[in-house]
Parts: sequence; C-alpha cells; structure tokens
Amino acid sequence: MVDPTTAFSEVPSSWNRRHLLGLEDLTSEELTTLLDVAERFRQFMREGHRRLPLLSGKTCVNLFFENSTRTRTSFGVAARRLGADMIDFSAATSSLSKGETVIDTAKNLEAMGIEAVIVRHQTPGTPHLLAQNLNCCVINAGDGPHEHPTQGLLDILTIRQRFGRIEGLTVALVGDISHSRTARSNIWGLKKLGAHVIVCGPSTLVSPRWAELAVEYSYDLDSILPRVDVLNLLRIQFERQLTRPFPSVREYAHLYGMNRERLSRTKPSILVLAPGPINRGVEVATDVADGPHSAILDQVTNGVAVRMAVLWLLIAGGLNRSKAS
Amino acid sequence: MGRLLIENGRVIDPSQKLDRVMNILVEDGRIAAYDVAPSGAEERIDASRKIVVPGLIDMHVHLREPGHEEDETIATGTAAALAGGFTSVACCPNTDPPIDTQAAVEFVRQKAAQADHCNVFVIACVSKNREGKELAEIGLLCEAGAVAFSDDGAPISDAELIRRAFEYCLMFDKPILSHAEIRELTTGGVIHEGLISLILGLQGIPAAAEDVMVARDIALAEATGGRLHVMHVSTWGSVQAIRRAKSRGVRVTAEVTPHHFTLTDECLRGFDSNFKTNPPLRSREHVQACIEALVDGTIDVIATDHAPHAKEKKMQELDRAPFGAIGLETALGLVITQLIEPGYLSWSSAIEKMTINPARILRLNKGTLPIGADADITIIDPEVWWTVDAANFRSKSTNSPFLGWKLKGCADTVIVGGRVKYRRQG
Repeated sequence: MVDPTTAFSEVPSSWNRRHLLGLEDLTSEELTTLLDVAERFRQFMREGHRRLPLLSGKTCVNLFFENSTRTRTSFGVAARRLGADMIDFSAATSSLSKGETVIDTAKNLEAMGIEAVIVRHQTPGTPHLLAQNLNCCVINAGDGPHEHPTQGLLDILTIRQRFGRIEGLTVALVGDISHSRTARSNIWGLKKLGAHVIVCGPSTLVSPRWAELAVEYSYDLDSILPRVDVLNLLRIQFERQLTRPFPSVREYAHLYGMNRERLSRTKPSILVLAPGPINRGVEVATDVADGPHSAILDQVTNGVAVRMAVLWLLIAGGLNRSKAS
Repeated sequence: MGRLLIENGRVIDPSQKLDRVMNILVEDGRIAAYDVAPSGAEERIDASRKIVVPGLIDMHVHLREPGHEEDETIATGTAAALAGGFTSVACCPNTDPPIDTQAAVEFVRQKAAQADHCNVFVIACVSKNREGKELAEIGLLCEAGAVAFSDDGAPISDAELIRRAFEYCLMFDKPILSHAEIRELTTGGVIHEGLISLILGLQGIPAAAEDVMVARDIALAEATGGRLHVMHVSTWGSVQAIRRAKSRGVRVTAEVTPHHFTLTDECLRGFDSNFKTNPPLRSREHVQACIEALVDGTIDVIATDHAPHAKEKKMQELDRAPFGAIGLETALGLVITQLIEPGYLSWSSAIEKMTINPARILRLNKGTLPIGADADITIIDPEVWWTVDAANFRSKSTNSPFLGWKLKGCADTVIVGGRVKYRRQG
C-alpha cells in the first residue's frame, strides 16, 4: 500500500529542476527519481485511488501548437488527479492567428497566474525559448523532432515494469528516427540508465552519425530481431517529411512492418511498444499491436503516472525552493 | 581641409609591403608625405604603440535601407562600420525594393553622402527584382556607380542566366558575387546538417548545398572568363574547389566571415537564433578548412556579412527567426583574437584581406596608402581588451553571436578622406 501522507510528503531532495525540457539534460539519478515517483503514483492508482490533491489551487496550461490526443489528455488527467486546474489552449483559436508571438502569448498566460506551461510546438527549441522568458515551470510535451521527455519516461517506465531493470537490455527503436522526438528522448534516457540502443529503419531516416553517440544503427530489421529485448515501433511522420524518404508505404511495411512472422523470430520475452498514434498495417500489424507481447495500453496508463510525477516534482519542488529562499 | 600628422605609429600597408614605425602626413584629404617631423601647424595624432593601416574595407554588408529601416539604416550601419574600423563598405541589394535600378543605386549613394560616415559602394542585383529570371540593366547600373553584382540570399538557380551574367559583366570588368546555395537541398533548413542537427532534431543544411553551387559557378566562370567572387565560404568542399580553380587560373576570389572562422554548429545547442546564419555555422572540420584557406591565400577577403535584424524578429521560434548576424563592430577584434594572436595570420596578411584585396576585387582606389592616395586610415589599438556589449553597438540591431565575448584589439581612430570620423572613447 502506498500511504499518500508519507509517500508524497515532500519532493525528493535530489530534484532541483524548474523545467523539463528534455531527457538529454537529466542525470541518471534524476531519471531514476522521476521513474520512482511515477511508479509510486502508478501504484497508488492501481490501488483504486483517483485523486491525490497535492497541487490543489495550482493552475497549469496546455499550450499546444500541434495536434495531440494522448499527451494533451494525459497531462489534463494527471493535473486533475493532483487537484490542479488545467486550461487548454489551442493555437488555432488564439491570438497567434492575429500575429501575436509565442513568447507574448505565453507571458500573457503566465500573467494570469499559471504555475506550469505544458508546451507542444512544431519547432525544436521553442520550450527552451519559453523557459528563458517565463518564470513558471515549462514542460516540453514535444518540440518538433527534438524531444518528448514524458513519452521517453513512460516508455522507459513500461520497460522497467516488465524487466525490473533497464541496465543491460537491448532496445530497438524502429522507424522514422530522423523525425522522431520519441526516439531522441528514449535514446538519452535509455543510454543513461545503461541500456544498449539500436536505431533501425530505412537509410534515408537513420543516420550513420548515431554511431558517434554510441547508438547502434541498422537498416536490416530482420538481422537485429533475435537479440533485442524491446521493440519500440515508431510512426512514420509523413507530416514532417519535406521529401519522400521511401518509395511507398507498401515497401516500408514490407521491410520494417512488425508482424506475427517477424515476432516469432524474437526472444520469447520480447516487449513491443508503440508511442501512438499507431498506423495498423504499416509499422505494426493488428495481431501484434493487440497481442500478448504488446504493452501499448500499459504505456498510456503509465503516461498519466509519469505526468503526475513531472507536475508534482516541478511545481511542488518549486514551492519548496521558494520557501527555502 | 587642414593638415593632420599621424605620429610614431607602426604603419602596415600590405599593398606596398610596408611595415615600420613612421609618421604620415595627411593634407587635403590625401596622403601627403611620410616621415615628416611636426611643423606645429598641423593637428597631431599620437599613434605610438598603435597600428596604422589603410582604412578597412568590408565588401559584404546589409544596410537594410530602403525597406527594412527597423533593422538598420544607412546612417546607423555606416556609424557601426566606423566604430568597427571600416572606412568603406559595399552594401548588398536585397533591400525593398531591391537595388536593381539606377534610381535605387543613386538613393543609397545619396543617403550615404548625407550620413557622411564612411564610403559606401553599391552592389546591385544581377537579375531584375532578384527573381533570377532576367538580367538587371547591368550597364546602366554600372553608370550609376554599382561596383559588383549579386542576388545575395536569392541564389540564381538558372545556370543559363548566370552564364549570361558572367559574360555580360566581362565588358564592364565587374565581378559576380555568389551566395552559393542549391535551394532544393536547403528547404526548411536552419542549421548545418551534422551531428548537432541530428541531436537537436533540426532540419539540416548540408555542406553539399554550397559545394555543388560553388562548383557550378566555378565551371561557368571558367567557361566564360568571367570574374566570380564566392561570398561567405563555409565548407571544406568549397575551399577545395576554389583552391583547385585558382591553381588553374580561373578568375575566382573568395571571402569568409568572422563567425564562420570562429564558431561551430555547437553554438546552436541553446537554440539561440543569434547563431542562425546562412550559410550556417558549420562543424569544426569546416571551420578549420576555412582557417587553412585564409592562411594559404585561397580565401582572399575577410568580410562580415553584417546582417542586422530587429530583436522582435530574432525572438521567435528558431525556424521563423531570420538568418543573419551583425558583424561590423566585432570583426576587427575577432580577426586579432582568433587569427593573429594564435599565429594563423601575420598582421600584414590579415590587413591585406581587409584592405587591398577587397579593393582589387571591386576595383576601388582604396585599401592602400601611397603618397597621393585617399587618406582613409584606420588606427588600431592592438592591445586593449574589451567586452562585446549590446548596449554599445552603433548598429540599430544587436543580433551578434559574440555578446559577452572578450576580444583583444579594436579601432582607436578612423579617418575617412582626411577627416577624423571616429575616436574610441575611454
């Protein structure tokens, strides 16, 4: 049993950040703190609890400049479970369409008394731009192909739940590595925690330069299948591609689609993840997505726990810091 | 106009292979005599422990006027030039409207005369409206005073048009200044394509986009006998191509900017748009190739590509923020700190690339100090350390990638046409 009065009485002293901009910046200790706290929230929910008002009276805003179902809703659920208010801001109906800059928009929202801005934007670095110009917490919910730290954390949490560890595992990220923020956040988080990471996909979407960062790269999915513990199947990001990186979806699915036949050539303990939204029949066949090795829906549940952890650590941690000073 | 005696300075004039301590007498806007003693009738400038060079020339600046006065004006840009030690600048035609008519050339020259800071030479468009479709009236533009032709920032993809431009400019003995970029390879790009773009998930600008265009331009210059000047060289591949072309006698010259011989794409790690330039800051091996090309003379000129942008334009998402960095007021300090102090260039070869070399390319009677020459003179304090501070810029914009840097050496006194136009305070 998780006793909320002790488990969440104070933010761990190892946590000192005001923003979560990416997993590349975090130490393995900070990653572990985040995962441990998320696990406690997960356990708390597993025990049937719905609300834990650690952030009551606080207000967060979802500042989303790109479409999102999962992440936006997940942050909203996480905030409400912690007793915080969540305001949804949509770029399409905002003053941005009247020419207001993203910094001005965010500053105006902040002036209304906001504790955290959760930002998704098509351009890498926009959360960093906001973090430099705002006093409140900034959480990166995906900046173009750069990072998506809470997605990385929830993937890693799902892996840790299944295997009890990250160190020593071999994790393959398959698909559109070039345009995937999920890939980048996974790479940094997994490597810091001691996993071996393989990026796999067509040569137009997988740079050999990954080797310079001690990440293995491969164009041949079949050759790596027998030695991976985890397969994370990434979506082809057609909307980010300026030129077509492969001749047809059919050809892609033939070379990289995860189906039952390919699954039969993996370790029996294989864990299949997909950050969603998934394209059934492209990167993953329906019987694999819905099969016993898939943890796709576990990922979604973990997503809420991870976002509760992030909101609590950043907002409550900030309150502690201001009390201390 | 009176007499001015510059005393006891170390005079470095690479055009005359001159490097010794001496006095220079200026009279009626011209160099009147060397080694004369003071007579008591002239204004005197003590240049002891200072370096006296022909007035520096920056052959690649953007003064933004007409059309983008929120970024810079001819008056503020030329004031910045003086503070940076430049007595002459050549300004690019990517204004609004672009400099593709005689009237536009005359407008810039008139504004520059009114500002009365430094000399301004006009680079005019190769093509009408910088559209890359038909040639601008190059002959008439020459008569109005244009010194070179460029569609800077809008590279001409039509190989036939640029071939005609090389041929046509032959009869006016004018160079084509090429911003070498294959547009199809740079769409959406904001940063050098390499390890850093991979990590940051930013759309890359491959070095090949420059290499391919430089190779094309060299081939067309060679085929026509025209004069090609490659602007802001940034890649190893361009350097190789230019070096080979020069060795077989192609009429090609090249420039590099201080930011390209100093900074790498690592600077974009913090997503600061002041480091977003075109061409982009490259990786270390490209920077090293540019420095080696300065050393062996493959690159003839140091030019700033001074590209002011108002703060509100730069304070945007990285893909929306415009390309460019200001450079006039930091160039000299960077040349001294980054090239001369580490021993890459001697004083003489560095000054050559900022005086006589650009003057020869643009056919200016500048950048040299023989008796009778225009008295455009820059007196440099080579020892002073100073900090780059946005509050001190004369430029209207502050988009410098060197804010907070400590640099050694700067312009102390700047003389244009025999008149002291700038004196460093403090």
